[in-house]
Amino acid sequence: MKNNKYSGYFTNGIVKENPVLRLVLGTCPTLAVTTAAINGIGMGLSATLVLVCSNLVISLLRNVIPDKVRIPAFITIIAGFVSVVQMLVKAFLPSIDKALGIYLPLIVVNCIILARAEMFASKNSVLPSVLDGLGMGVGFTAVLTLMGAIRELLGAGTIFSLPVTANFISPMIIFLLPPGGFFVFGMLVAASNAIAKKNGKKAVMHLGCESCPSKEICGKAECVKEEEAGVNE
Amino acid sequence: MKDILTVSSSPHLRHTDTTRGIMSDVVIALSPAAVYGCILFGWRAAAVLAVCIAFAVLSEFVWEKALKKPVTVGDMSAVVTGLLLGMNLPSTIPLWQAAIGSIAAIIVVKQMFGGIGCNFANPAIAARIILLVSFPASMTKFAEPISDAVTSATPLAAENGTYTLKELFFGMHSGSIGETSAFLLLVGGVYLILRRVISPVIPACFIGTVALLSLISGENLAVSVFGGGLMIGAVFMATDYTTSPVTTLGKAVFAVGCGLITFIIRKFGALPEGVSYSILLMNILVPHINRFTLAKPFGFVKPVKEDAKNA
Repeated sequence: MKNNKYSGYFTNGIVKENPVLRLVLGTCPTLAVTTAAINGIGMGLSATLVLVCSNLVISLLRNVIPDKVRIPAFITIIAGFVSVVQMLVKAFLPSIDKALGIYLPLIVVNCIILARAEMFASKNSVLPSVLDGLGMGVGFTAVLTLMGAIRELLGAGTIFSLPVTANFISPMIIFLLPPGGFFVFGMLVAASNAIAKKNGKKAVMHLGCESCPSKEICGKAECVKEEEAGVNE
Repeated sequence: MKDILTVSSSPHLRHTDTTRGIMSDVVIALSPAAVYGCILFGWRAAAVLAVCIAFAVLSEFVWEKALKKPVTVGDMSAVVTGLLLGMNLPSTIPLWQAAIGSIAAIIVVKQMFGGIGCNFANPAIAARIILLVSFPASMTKFAEPISDAVTSATPLAAENGTYTLKELFFGMHSGSIGETSAFLLLVGGVYLILRRVISPVIPACFIGTVALLSLISGENLAVSVFGGGLMIGAVFMATDYTTSPVTTLGKAVFAVGCGLITFIIRKFGALPEGVSYSILLMNILVPHINRFTLAKPFGFVKPVKEDAKNA
């Protein structure tokens, strides 16, 4: 029983509340770096590392940080870990660092990380927070890698730099450019919506609290109100 | 009594125009230039056109069947999209790339946004740009007319004075299959205007703006107007009902914008041709142009200022 609960914290971020496809967070790095599968993995793992560490520390400090200054406190903690990750990647994986460019330091303002700090880590104990960060990170990495693989295959004819179709068909370069990124992203969200619909879940259609899968744990007054209004209808 | 007194809601008068009729007129208007393109560039051009039309119709049919929607293949709009796309491609393009263009035009640009009448951009234009960005090498390799030689330069990129005015006007030069002969495209345009399928506002303002700006900046006027895709773009692509403004003023704003962007891309951009990008960009602005150029309702009185403030 106890095991079940903890595995739930972990799988939550991979399927039910996948940060990219269900929460639609972190769209900027998703679109920007997924020109190759390896970039997706690099970005995903860097963000995962930061997520797990920041969730851990924020969860530990959740009773110490005053509510009014929690956002600056969170950002400071996140920025610290991003610096660590950035130095590690620069030192050991310079090619990934080059490919990710500005998006690596920009993990500081990645909304997935701040969202998990605000919605989960600051309200839960250490182990669930770490598992939540890990699950969200794995979900993020999985989608980024999938998207990178699709764009790399269609746009360059390779997957992980191994030629698949590159030798006999000229690839469609548009998939490496922003329009291709938006197109693949839209297709993936549509596919995940279709799967969610099949399982009786709501599709991600409109923004706002109503469509947010985290509205139960977010605890904002307006969400509750909206939900009640929905029930009354 | 019951038979005479029919009570029904409006509209009470219906025009006899049908989508099928209008689209057939467009096909008729396009065909002289298309046939000329096939004569100029040989069987390869005919093959490109055939593949484009076949895949456009086929993908519309398959998509609508798969989504259990009413099949609208019979309205000829997919034929027009395929034909227009084919006429905007060089005759040397690999046939599978032309097919991808048609599939992208119909499925991505048209059907995913709701099918005929709901697309935000002209499907043929958008597909041409998708192909241009995806396969730049094969999209800029043009055949020389009536020979097997291949060139990368249309008159727009060629040296000044390579072509005479007559060659440019009647289309004895390299280029996309259907864009070369300004004369035959104009004949098609006049046919559409006489049949009242299109209004002359968009072609006239579009071509006029490009001509005026070229004249002012000292470009070769004949090359700017007859040498590229301006004719086919202004007459057949910018006048698409769904993606052009409703009112005459709106149409003029739209067309001048197209001309301006075309000129800016040609003169200052890295690309030799800017017609398709200009139409796509202005397509996106059409809802806003429509909003600011609303027709005044009959008997409309401007609200008094104070009322407007209170409201």
